[in-house]
Amino acid sequence: MARYILRRIGWTVVLLALVSAVTFVIFYALPSADPAVLRAGRQASPELVAQIRARLGLDDPLVVQYWTYMKDVVLHFDFGFSYQSGESVRAAIVSRLPATISMTVGALVIWLATALPIGVISAIRRRSLLDRVTMTGALLAISAPVYWLALVALYLFASDIGVIPIFDGANTYVGITQDPVQWFASLLLPWLVLAAGFSAFYARLLRANLVEVMGEDYIRTARAKGLPERRVVWRHGVRAAITPIVTVLGLDIGVLLGGSILTESVFNIPGVGRYAYDAIRTADLPAIQGTVLFAAFFIVVANLVVDIAYAFLDPRVRYG
Amino acid sequence: MTAAAPLLRVEDLRVHFDTDDGTVRAVDGISYELQRGRVLGIVGESGSGKSVSSLAIMGLVDGERARISGRVEFGGRDLLALDPEAMRAVRGNEIAMIFQDPLSSLHPFHRVGDQLAEAVRAHRDVSRAQARARALELLELVGIPDARRRMDGYAHELSGGMRQRVMIAMALVNEPALLIADEPTTALDVTVQAQILDLVGRLKDELGMAVVIITHDLGIVAETADEIAVMYAGRIVERAPVARIFSAPEHPYTWGLLASIPRLDAPRGEELVPIPGTPPSLLGLPRGCAFAPRCPYAQPRHHEVDPRAEPVPGDPAHVVACLLEPAQRRRLWAALRTPERA
Amino acid sequence: MTGDALVEVRDLVKHFPAGGGAARRGAGVVHAVDGVSFDVRAGETLGIVGESGCGKTTTARLMLRLVDPTAGSIAFAGEDITHLSGGRLKALRRDMQMVFQDPYSSLNPRQSIGAILAEPFAIHGLARGEGERRRAVQELMEQVGLNPEHYNRYPHEFSGGQRQRIGVARAIALRPRLVVADEPVSALDVSIQAQILNLLRALQRDLGLTIVFIAHDLAVVRHMCDRIAVMYLGKIVELATADELYARPRHPYTAALLSAVPVPDPAAKGRVRQILGGDLPSPTDPPPGCRFHTRCPRAVPGHCDVVEPALEAQAAGGAAACHYPLGA
Repeated sequence: MARYILRRIGWTVVLLALVSAVTFVIFYALPSADPAVLRAGRQASPELVAQIRARLGLDDPLVVQYWTYMKDVVLHFDFGFSYQSGESVRAAIVSRLPATISMTVGALVIWLATALPIGVISAIRRRSLLDRVTMTGALLAISAPVYWLALVALYLFASDIGVIPIFDGANTYVGITQDPVQWFASLLLPWLVLAAGFSAFYARLLRANLVEVMGEDYIRTARAKGLPERRVVWRHGVRAAITPIVTVLGLDIGVLLGGSILTESVFNIPGVGRYAYDAIRTADLPAIQGTVLFAAFFIVVANLVVDIAYAFLDPRVRYG
Repeated sequence: MTAAAPLLRVEDLRVHFDTDDGTVRAVDGISYELQRGRVLGIVGESGSGKSVSSLAIMGLVDGERARISGRVEFGGRDLLALDPEAMRAVRGNEIAMIFQDPLSSLHPFHRVGDQLAEAVRAHRDVSRAQARARALELLELVGIPDARRRMDGYAHELSGGMRQRVMIAMALVNEPALLIADEPTTALDVTVQAQILDLVGRLKDELGMAVVIITHDLGIVAETADEIAVMYAGRIVERAPVARIFSAPEHPYTWGLLASIPRLDAPRGEELVPIPGTPPSLLGLPRGCAFAPRCPYAQPRHHEVDPRAEPVPGDPAHVVACLLEPAQRRRLWAALRTPERA
Repeated sequence: MTGDALVEVRDLVKHFPAGGGAARRGAGVVHAVDGVSFDVRAGETLGIVGESGCGKTTTARLMLRLVDPTAGSIAFAGEDITHLSGGRLKALRRDMQMVFQDPYSSLNPRQSIGAILAEPFAIHGLARGEGERRRAVQELMEQVGLNPEHYNRYPHEFSGGQRQRIGVARAIALRPRLVVADEPVSALDVSIQAQILNLLRALQRDLGLTIVFIAHDLAVVRHMCDRIAVMYLGKIVELATADELYARPRHPYTAALLSAVPVPDPAAKGRVRQILGGDLPSPTDPPPGCRFHTRCPRAVPGHCDVVEPALEAQAAGGAAACHYPLGA
């Protein structure tokens, strides 16, 4: 196992290098705008632009630019400075991480708490009214784009503009250390919106897995032993059906930690996702590069964690 | 036979499934008895209903679309009339069942010892440690080498024969009075099969169990069973003590089976005589005798009238469901037998 | 029955890397087939029997070049085919074909029977033209006992036995000289098995086929085969005519196998059966010396666990790989 982990870490490094190279090429070599011009602002003189170009090293060969960038990242953990604000990209991302983590964890709790019981009950009581209703509802929730769902949620429930003002609307976020109650209240609606799609997906996935597992021979054996049905369903059925869900869960967490761009933007939550959205809008290349690398890092690490977890869940899988 | 009440009495058991395409009559009125300590072999091919009938006895038939009727008397109760909780107390406790494929029948993610201990604690109020001790005891009884280590291992780490031993251990952990073995050796190599059948035989004697062994292999039932029931299309077409089934079978399907299998004890060059046609679909069985379409001796009447299981004249222990006249059957069998078979 | 050797297998070896994926140093190798030599004579039916992991299926695939050997040679009709490839190998396929075990998974469920049976003709450029091909296929269907009007039906519309007939038809479509049948009746009901076995015998007579018949059911093999090879852990332990093998087995493993087969005769209940103890050793780590010595009731320590016996001709005919053969 140890050898496997070391090998995977090696590949992780390679993968991140690859991601950084591709991003670099896309944004630096094929830019939609001259970064120096953007940095210089309106009505910049050609001399100013040239000055900025020199300072940013934009006239160096691409490889040199890339090398300089990567050196800073690896040796100093320095992602450069935002073209827009001049702020250190690393500092910007780090300061916004708590909000993103808050979003992720809260949504996670809600979607697991809803999806698991619904998935199990739907699988056990197949074709019942509950099953049909929840699965249809799940299909709708998955199909709805999350930004649409967010806007509709605000329209319906936001305390300032909503038809039924019960939740705090957009622009109400504060950090947990500042005001825990307000922090919680401001995140309720975003959590529900973000969790909706995931909950639906997980409920359907669990239902499908569990239905298949309950048809397996070892379930028949469990019943033949005279075990109570509840135990058969949870300790034998769900236990076997849950492994693919854990895999997907790990990956989803990895993706969400990279920032849920759409939800954060609609609710104006100062997370990494919002930062990335602003960066793209203003072609703030170092910021874009930084958020991409960050997101890639989380996803790749999540991948590794999930694979290792799988070996613990399924004893038939052994890495060497 | 003996005057003692039978351990298990099945009366007119029927299991019908309602499907979108119609009613599947998987088990269509079977009756038999089993005494304590005796072995009944149920022989049949796919679609004969042999497995479903035993699942119905255990209460393991998926209840939603199944209509089960008849009586199954066991220990003074009708098992079919029991409520689910009462039946659960019987399963794995007084009646145990082992299945065909031991790899898929054991949970892949739970340790072997835990699966056995679970079977104990489902029916006995004992501590975890006591349950584990009992599990170890059984694993050693069924001949698992290095049992203590194997307790903490998983099913996929064992060979096919070892897995089936684990299944047997799990079934016997609460000392059931009846063991139902559904094709227990079909998935195993022949030398392993011999080991397993030998084990079951020894344990049966040690524990005084009755055994129902379900198989398609006439050799296995010849060597292990006291009585044989031959099933076809959801019915028992013939039932008799084992010696009679082979020396004086009464049903053309049994004749067909015996004639179509290659045997180590028959001369090599003999032609196999297959039964023409294929086993019927249980959906929409034709009227009359279910075997008539494939029976070389069928008469027009046989496609109209349902044969009922009746004792053979002079031998009440031998029951057959055939519309041919008994004397005619004797003649036909005598003619078939002339290429001398045992 | 005896004829010239159609297939000559010499010292055939096939090792698979253990644990899937690329073999790592010391990771272990599965000794699926470990030095096997035999002839298949033209017109005969040669049986290969053994239990799981003995290498019989791998041997069959090696013979047909569906798998490349690790070492050793295979000759077909005098020609060395061990390293044949490309067009020559494709041409060879017309002469040697296989019938597979599972009639449920060996037919493409999306192709009609007509399409499945027309494929061999199409691949080898025979029976050109829609009409001619259709005729050829329908003739084939009749030959195996199927109704030619079912040309357009799909596999799921047929029973197991009928599907196996389709498998046989596909194998004999181009009139091969050699047919390897890998457990052709194991997945079928007992009453249907006889139909397929009789079909194979009839086809052998009519088409002059040579058949290699692989099975684990000893009674079936005895019925079908002229000569039989018994395999254990990748080696042939005995090779003899059917009569000899079953009446006077020389190798203790053969004797144990035969003893283990249940006989449909209740009078046999009391017979002394040799229950083979122990478990099959792992094919990644075969025992030294004679591979069977760990379970052999006649094993002599110091000899059987050190020196591997060669497959040697026995006085009464046949061959066995044993230092202390039975009845010697």
